[in-house]
Amino acid sequence: MELRRDVFQAIADPTRRAILLLLASQSLTAGAIASNFDTARPTVSKHLQILTECELLKQEQQGREIYYHFNPNKMKEIADYIEPFRQMWDIKFNKLEAVMKKYKNK
Amino acid sequence: MVQKTKIKAEEGKQELIITREFDLPLDLLFKAYTEAELIEQWMGTKVIKLENKNHGSYQFETSYNGNVVFKANGTIHEVLHNKKITRTFEIENMPIGVQLEFLEFEKLTENTSKLTIQIIYKSEKHRAEQLKLPFANGLNMAHNRLQEILINSK
Repeated sequence: MELRRDVFQAIADPTRRAILLLLASQSLTAGAIASNFDTARPTVSKHLQILTECELLKQEQQGREIYYHFNPNKMKEIADYIEPFRQMWDIKFNKLEAVMKKYKNK
Repeated sequence: MVQKTKIKAEEGKQELIITREFDLPLDLLFKAYTEAELIEQWMGTKVIKLENKNHGSYQFETSYNGNVVFKANGTIHEVLHNKKITRTFEIENMPIGVQLEFLEFEKLTENTSKLTIQIIYKSEKHRAEQLKLPFANGLNMAHNRLQEILINSK
């Protein structure tokens, strides 16, 4: 069984990040996306496949062409990952503050 | 509400920067990081070893119901009183790997201070594993809680 694509793996690659940036402001076909990179066309296709599989991009058929769109909801999901980590530290640091205030007043 | 603890995780980088301002004098903030008994209280872990000096090392261990559930260790590269601690940190049996930590302690006023922790991971992927950890734990906890409710409702 093939593992489900990981969003973090998807954004760990610089070319894939460049593709996301490119599509943040416009929808483009695979050919138009590839023309922005020096990389071989099949490599760009592979990147698009990975980004689509993890839902960072969406495909839309328009006539004979397939356009790629950026999916902002998925990007937000990545930002949300940081929040539980931040909260974990916030709770720890609140505890530190409480422990040290008690220590001072001893 | 202003968030007291801030995390900066820039895309494409393999580091995290955590900052926090404390309602504590610098001296007390630094002490919270250098005395085993105090670390145990706020980190909620047992301190097995803590050599707070240049070229020292440390070990933490947490047990739950008699089982060790968390083990971490690191080496202390440099300790500069009330200024900085440079050390490594690694949670054992985790895919995050070892990380390099620069802790900087700053005096803001007589009664307030600031801590900045710069954490450097082996790669951006390792940083992602770290960020996923509390998220995954949160999910696990929600899952366990759900199981409890289901068992109790039987």
